[in-house]
Amino acid sequence: MSTQVFYFVATLSIIFSLMVIFAKNPIHSVLYLILTFFTFTVHYVLLNAQFLAVVNFIVYMGAIMVLFLFVLMLLNLNKETEPVKSPLIKIVGVIAGCCLVVTLVGSFKAASINSPLILKNPGLGLVENLGKELFGPFLLPFELSSLLLLAAMVGAVLLSKRDEVEA
Amino acid sequence: MENLTTQMAGVPLNHYIYLCAIIFTIGVIGVLTRRNAIVIFMSVELMLNAVNLLLTAFSVHSNDPSGQVFVFFIMALAAAEVAVGLAIIVMVYRNTKSIDINVLNRLKW
Repeated sequence: MSTQVFYFVATLSIIFSLMVIFAKNPIHSVLYLILTFFTFTVHYVLLNAQFLAVVNFIVYMGAIMVLFLFVLMLLNLNKETEPVKSPLIKIVGVIAGCCLVVTLVGSFKAASINSPLILKNPGLGLVENLGKELFGPFLLPFELSSLLLLAAMVGAVLLSKRDEVEA
Repeated sequence: MENLTTQMAGVPLNHYIYLCAIIFTIGVIGVLTRRNAIVIFMSVELMLNAVNLLLTAFSVHSNDPSGQVFVFFIMALAAAEVAVGLAIIVMVYRNTKSIDINVLNRLKW
């Protein structure tokens, strides 16, 4: 029964991600992207990666998508100001993408990793297990990522601050 | 929840690989065909998420929590990237009154 849940959610995520790139209005793209991320959260829950499901929910759907929506509303974009590419470029892009997916699927089919996914350790994705890993062997990258976030924050503030010297 | 995840044994690993390949490709098509800088950014997010899901699936497959730690780091990196990228887009919009990516063709040499 649960494999059917996977296929259903996988279909939904493909449909929603197609809607993201083919929606004319950028606001609709953001809303479809939120739905896509929600289906990804369901995937994480199905894989029993509960920590990642919660982080995906909070960071992607909470923080990043709000940032996107906020910027879109700030810039006052709508369908009329949406730049369009020529149909030739679109067709070429879609054909190139189809070639890419054929190549990827073909090579993975040649690798033939078709063993079923079995959760050997039910506590694998829980906070306890990941915390031990994160604060054990991955302590230095964890601390460095805080530096990265600080640098990003300073950079974003510096970039978006209006230059008052020239005015 | 426990019941559901113990029944997950049926899905083969290569179906996860196909799903992630398809979603990654959708992101690539979005980058190639759209001209709105914000939509291009969203396509990049889509690609990052496809890779995240694949890393998680492999982590479950090989029973190794490091893969999920990497996903956590990718999420932190994506947050930083989006903050800086959207700041750049806001600045471009302020200077050119457009977020058409073709306005930036003077960056070409």
